[in-house]
Formats: sequence, C-alpha cells, structure tokens
Amino acid sequence: MTKPLIQLKNVTKNYGDVQALRGIDLTINEGEFFSLLGPSGCGKTTLLRTIAGFEDVSGGTVMISDKDMANVPANKRPTNMVFQSYAIFPHLSVAENVGFGLRKSQMSKVEKNAAVDQALSMVGLDGYGSRAAHALSGGQRQRVALARALILKPKVLLLDEPLSALDKKLREQMQAELRNLQRQVGITFILVTHDQEEALIMSDRIAVMFDGEIAQLADPQTLYRRPNSRQVADFIGVMNFLPATVTSVGDTVTAHVDGLGAVSLSGDQFAKDVQTGTAHVGIRPETMSILQESDTGGANVTAAVVEDRAYYGDMTYYDVRLDGGDHIITISMKNLVDRAVLERGEKTRVAWNARALVLFND
Amino acid sequence: MKSRGLMIYAVVYLLFLYAPVLLLPMFAFNDSTIIAFPLTGFTTDWFSELRNTPALHTAVKNSVFIAVISAVLATLLGICAARAATKFDFPAKRGVMGFIMLPLVLPEIIVAVSLLVVMVQVLNLPLTNWSVIAAHVLICTPFSIAILNGAFQNIDGALEEAAMDLGETRWSTFRLVTFPLVMPGIISSLLISFTISLDEFIIAFFMTGANPTMPVYIWGLLRFPSKLPAVMALGTILVVLSIALLILAEFFRRRGLRRAGLKDTGGFL
Ligand SMILES: Nc1ncnc2c1ncn2[C@@H]1O[C@H](COP(=O)(O)OP(=O)(O)OP(=O)(O)O)[C@@H](O)[C@H]1O
Ligand SMILES: [Mg+2]
Repeated sequence: MTKPLIQLKNVTKNYGDVQALRGIDLTINEGEFFSLLGPSGCGKTTLLRTIAGFEDVSGGTVMISDKDMANVPANKRPTNMVFQSYAIFPHLSVAENVGFGLRKSQMSKVEKNAAVDQALSMVGLDGYGSRAAHALSGGQRQRVALARALILKPKVLLLDEPLSALDKKLREQMQAELRNLQRQVGITFILVTHDQEEALIMSDRIAVMFDGEIAQLADPQTLYRRPNSRQVADFIGVMNFLPATVTSVGDTVTAHVDGLGAVSLSGDQFAKDVQTGTAHVGIRPETMSILQESDTGGANVTAAVVEDRAYYGDMTYYDVRLDGGDHIITISMKNLVDRAVLERGEKTRVAWNARALVLFND
Repeated sequence: MKSRGLMIYAVVYLLFLYAPVLLLPMFAFNDSTIIAFPLTGFTTDWFSELRNTPALHTAVKNSVFIAVISAVLATLLGICAARAATKFDFPAKRGVMGFIMLPLVLPEIIVAVSLLVVMVQVLNLPLTNWSVIAAHVLICTPFSIAILNGAFQNIDGALEEAAMDLGETRWSTFRLVTFPLVMPGIISSLLISFTISLDEFIIAFFMTGANPTMPVYIWGLLRFPSKLPAVMALGTILVVLSIALLILAEFFRRRGLRRAGLKDTGGFL
C-alpha cells in the first residue's frame, strides 16, 4: 500500500558558503503525514522549498511520482504550499483567494464557485467568501491558506510551520483539524515544525534534522522510545543520560550503568555498531517510578534521595540522586489520589525497567 | 513655556512658508495692474485675460504634453528599477542604485547645462519637446524609484511565490498580484512626476527651442509689468492644481496601504 511519491536522492543545497542541505536521502509515501522536525536553521524550510520548486538544488535529484523535477518550475509541480505567513492576497476577497488557483482550469464559473464553497466549508469557513482577506484573524487566515492550497487537489501539500503564529489553544485545535483533514482528503502532507510535540501528535513518520542532515527518520513511537543519538533524544522530550561502560557485545549487550548497576540490553536498545567501552544510557522520566514504603517494586529497584521536586498539579517532577552514583536524574510521577508527594531530602526507592533503556555510542 | 516657544516657532515658520503663496490669489483678484497694497477692488479680469492669450495656451499644451509623457516614462523606468532593486541581487547594486538616485540632489543647472551640451554639441539634435522630456525623465525617475521602492518593499515575497505555487507564471503573477499591490505607488509616482515636470523651470529653459513650456513662458512675461497680475492669476491656478494633485497622490497611496492592510511607513505627505 505504501507507494513512494516523493524521492530525494543525495540532495544538497548551498547558499554561498552555507551548506543548508548536506546530502538528503528521503522517500515520502502516498497519503502519508510526514513531518520535518528540527531546531531553527537546520534546513527544514530549505528542504520544503526544494520540493515545492522555489529553490534549485545544488546537487542530487528530487523526484515526484517517479518524475525528475529538475526542470519543472514551481507552477508546474503537483505540490501546493501553505506558507508560514499564510501569504493571503490582501487585495482579494476570501473567495477570490481560495479560487485563485482555478483561474486556468476548464471549469465553468458555476463549478468554480461550487468548488470554492466546498473548499471553504471543508475548513469551516462557510459564508466567509465575501470577506476582505486582510480582515481575518490568524486562525481564519490559516484556514483560507489551507482551502486555497487544497482546492487544486495537489498530490502533496507542503506546510511550513503553519501553526506557529497561533496561540496555544487554537494551535491544539488546528492540530487535530489538520490531522482529520489529511485523513479525509488522503493527500500527502509534509509539515515543517520545530515543535516536537506537534510532530509526535500529527505525523505518521518524522524526519529529525540537524544542520542540514537527517539524523533519524522514524514513526513517532520509535523516535520517542528509541532515538538513535543523544542529540535526537535530547530534542524530543526529556531524557536522562547516565554514563555507562559496555562490557560485552553480542545478540544482547551488557553494560555497567552509573547508579543502576549491570544491565542487559536486547534487540532495538542499541545500535548495530555498538562497541565495548564508554557510552551513555538514556532513560525517560516517565518510565521510572518513585516507590512508596508499601510498594515491593519489580526486579530493578535502586535506593535514592530526593534532591528537588516540582509540583505541576497532575504530575510531580522529582530530581533524585541514585545511590552508588553521583548523577541526578528526573523522574515524573502521576499524582494519584493516595500517593504522597515526597519532600526534598527524603529517602526513597526508584523502580526502573531495563526495557526502557537506550544505549548511545557517544 | 517650552510649548509656547514651539508654538510661536511653528506659526512664524508657516507664515514664512505660505505667506508669499497667499499673496498670489490676493493680487490675482485685485483690480489694479500694480502689485501693491492696499488692494483696490475685486476683479476676474486677469483670469479672462489668460483665456484670451493663445501663446499661453500653446505653452500650457506643451507643458502638459511633456509632463504626461515624462511621468509615464519615468514611472515605467521606476517600476523596472524598483522591482530589480527589491527582488534581485546583482553586482554593485548599491552603487548602481546610488547613481540612479543622484539627480535627486544634483543641482538642476548642472544637469541642464550638461544636457544642453550633449544635445546640441555632441549629438547635434534639434531642441524640441522631446529634449525636455528626456531631461525631465532624468529628474523624475529618482522620485519615481523612491516611491515605488517603498511600494515594492511592502509586498511580502511569499505572495508572489504563492501565486506561482498556484499555477501562475512569472508574468501572470506580476499582473495578478504584484501590479495591483503596487498600483497605489504607481499612481502616486505618475502624479508626482507629472507635477515635477509641469513646474520645472531651469532645465526646460535651457532645453526648449521655439516652443516654451509654461514656466518658461511665465518667466518671459515677468519682463512686462502690465502682465504681472495675469501671472498672479496663472500662479493661483497652478498652486490649486498642484495641491490637488499631491492630495490625490497621497490619497491613492494611503488607500493602497489600507487595502493591503499595511501600516503607513512614510511617503511624501
Ligand atoms: N536565501 C538564503 N540565502 C542564504 N542563506 C540562507 C537562505 N535561506 C536559508 N539560508 C540558510 O540556510 C540554513 C537553513 O535555513 P532554513 O530556512 O531552511 O532553516 P529552518 O530549518 O527552516 O529554520 P527555521 O526553523 O528558523 O525556519 C540557515 O543557516 C540559513 O541561514
Ligand atoms: Mg523555516
């Protein structure tokens, strides 16, 4: 079912001395919700613009539907874009904006009007057609931009940080709407974002980019649970890192981890090129728990001291020092009804699961 | 007390600026050939005299012809230059733009003399309305560029990309998106270039052959004291027209900004 739609092969892009893209290999499938995630300046926008045809590549090829796009200008590509600034034409009405791309189509005037109305209703703007474009709110502009791009039924919709200008509440609402819309129209969406949560919520697959390169390409769960480098792990959510020494390598890997002792890791918990020697182990705050006195805990329990805590209402974040190590790690706990919130300096026990560990070579 | 001082300064300044202009209509309607107080009575004779002076009509026609053509040419050049300056990077861009803008500050007499030398001595061309037009385009273009630069800079580059993305070519993008958005700037440039050309004297004085423009004709009249009230009448009409044109230009500029939902960032008025 997964049919490749967009294929990038060793795509590079230089702006003078700046290497914005350094050899991107990427395949994006039909009907996929794909996200490009990375910090500011890592080349996300540049990559999106090379797919749209606004930037010529310095090297490599961009293929859409098995066709080389090298000599295909932006207006001939089966892609449409939602710009970060929305780029709503200020001198046109909402309906004229949405219908802009239909100018050259063979449709009759009546058909065009119907298409515009349908596109507007799809984004929840029924009856806004005659409004002046510059008299719209941020969220409404965003919807107009979406309707305008989707009316052409492109194979790919490119979205450059479309939600970054909206306030938190509206952003969360639009995230859900955008996801639903994508399922409904079945078009491939490529979303650029620097918000890891947004990428996790919305995407089928995510490419994490650093410095013009793709650091990891995976589905949200893999990306979160099994990041392939400390850099990626650090960028996505919160992760504790503990120094470790790898003692043996094979089908399973054994390592000695500061504060946790000897652990045995299997399958997807380490990279194929793992070697004995120094390394780091990562563990997410929510995969560990602070035990109450009555709890027996599981196989892995380590004594610890609470160094600090932050109470968030639904959660409490503890900074604890593990016995036998001088590393402070963060543990998040749900504030359940009969669970006491520990205070600074209290002694406690920490339960952890070896399956939650990830070994990083660096 | 500080505001009081400022107030007096402002009043004196405005008087200094506009009192001479206010004298124009006073004497234009004054029933006497001598330009002096006290005023003797009301008359519209001087305006009638204007109507019955064929030489003046020819001069006005010349001037309007020159001003229209100059405004159109200067604005066309301005569009190209402003577009290039805002959209593209080319070698020595600042230097090139600087040289184009230079006539803005170059003394007109220098421009006039050098153009005259080029026309007559070097190219050996006759002096016609077209030689004046060439010179006026030279001095109007910088104004046009200054106005249009602002208009082009106000356009979000993503708008043009969006139009291309929606299937338009470069040219149709310009026609459908860029042009309507800079339209107020274009109108404003046309009106201001027209006004500049219409009342420009020094260059026209050097470059006109047998057919004087209006300012040159007026200057010629000044030698005859009896014609002075008529000059005053003509001056009155010109002042009213100039103000009307400038207000119109500013109106279009502001309406354009409002339509595009932009903030006002300057302009000439
Ligand atoms: N037109 C350009 N000329 C020169 N350098 C550019 C140009 N566009 C981008 N760059 C550079 O290329 C790199 C990648 O830029 P890009 O806009 O793709 O980053 P981004 O990941 O989209 O960042 P952000 O999250 O801030 O939007 C940056 O170092 C940037 O300075
Ligand atoms: Mg960007």
